[in-house]
Amino acid sequence: METGAQDGSSGYSTMDDYESLISTTDAELLKRAWQNEKAAPQILRFEAALIQRSREQIKLMEETVGEFTRNGIDPLTVSLYQMDLDRTIFLLRSYLRTRLQKIEKYVFHIQKTAELWNRLSRQEKRFAERCIEDMEKHLDQSVLSKLPSSYKSHLKQSSSSEEDDMVPEPRLDTYVICRSKRFLGAFQLDDSAEEPVNIEADDLYALPYKSIKPLVETGQIDLV
Amino acid sequence: MASQADAHAATFSAAELEFLAEDELIEIVPNMRMDPLNLICGDFGPFRPQIATQVPVWLAVALKRRGKCTIRPPDWMSVEKLTQVLEAERDAEKFQPLPFHYVEISRLLFDHARDDIPDIYMVRSLIEDIKDVRFHKIGTGLEIISRERTYALRLKNLSAMEANIVRPFVTRALQTFYKLSSPDMIQDSDSVSNRQPQTANRGPRRQLKDR
Repeated sequence: METGAQDGSSGYSTMDDYESLISTTDAELLKRAWQNEKAAPQILRFEAALIQRSREQIKLMEETVGEFTRNGIDPLTVSLYQMDLDRTIFLLRSYLRTRLQKIEKYVFHIQKTAELWNRLSRQEKRFAERCIEDMEKHLDQSVLSKLPSSYKSHLKQSSSSEEDDMVPEPRLDTYVICRSKRFLGAFQLDDSAEEPVNIEADDLYALPYKSIKPLVETGQIDLV
Repeated sequence: MASQADAHAATFSAAELEFLAEDELIEIVPNMRMDPLNLICGDFGPFRPQIATQVPVWLAVALKRRGKCTIRPPDWMSVEKLTQVLEAERDAEKFQPLPFHYVEISRLLFDHARDDIPDIYMVRSLIEDIKDVRFHKIGTGLEIISRERTYALRLKNLSAMEANIVRPFVTRALQTFYKLSSPDMIQDSDSVSNRQPQTANRGPRRQLKDR
């Protein structure tokens, strides 16, 4: 039975954590992954195992629905199974599409940042490489080849730039709305010597993404 | 550095929010017999006439539209409960606890199950009023963040729809404050006098604005 309810009023012993972990269905996990990916400014780790399982479940369900139709199971049942299937497929597709959008947007930055490059799936890496090839060729043909030689790079504004300042980067200081699963006492918001704050479980907060980045990556905080 | 225009405005569309809300469980009373459904999102049923059972809202609406069940409105959607919430909402500055997806769920039920909701006009008008009061509070709350420098905001008891609507403004505003108050900015402007309120207001600024 799926754990759909959003109100978490239970206490937070480790036993509860364990129980909620084993009772979270793949459908729930996929939904979470989708929400987090949509709201995060940076690309997150690819949930390879979850996506693989979801793909398999979808395939299985498609075969089941095919069988149902062939065996003349009543159309109501078939249409309900189909609806559930459509919903799952939507989540999967939207998850992948959101990631592709981020890759397209920040492809040069991702390529040169090992941590981010490793978050891509194999197919996404291939996509990124083709994207880079196309972009470089396009920029070169339409603009860069016509500029004086010290301005020909697609990464730097000019050869005197110290950094790759033509590469767009996601802004990690973007604020996001998030919710923590557990109470986080004395949470340090940023590196300046400011006082830490308390974060209550299950309440919504608007925080800078970079303050909670590690917690999102370990699944302790969800983006909404 | 080539800065990227922030395209993160309203991250989730209203339709996507509804999609998320549709997974919430709700009670239905079927008028037919059907075997259990073993769906990807969970197992539901078996369905027997007059025996109430819990299903996700999308499934309830699908069955209702085919005339296969009646939907029992959730407890919080009664005239009494909503009147209580409305009064509390008007009296207190804080937000009253409401189901996270109350906007989406009530809208779905109004659209597809009007005959299953007793006193529907009353219920609808109460929910509209509650929404209005809350939005008004959001408005006044937002003024606070422009008065004092705010690093983080606590949005206790805000619902999904409200959070989504407020998101673009709140995130942009907080981000701008963050940028403007970063230590680099202040050190750069050496010529500007050092009466930055920063050191003086260390205390109050750290508080998360509770709304």
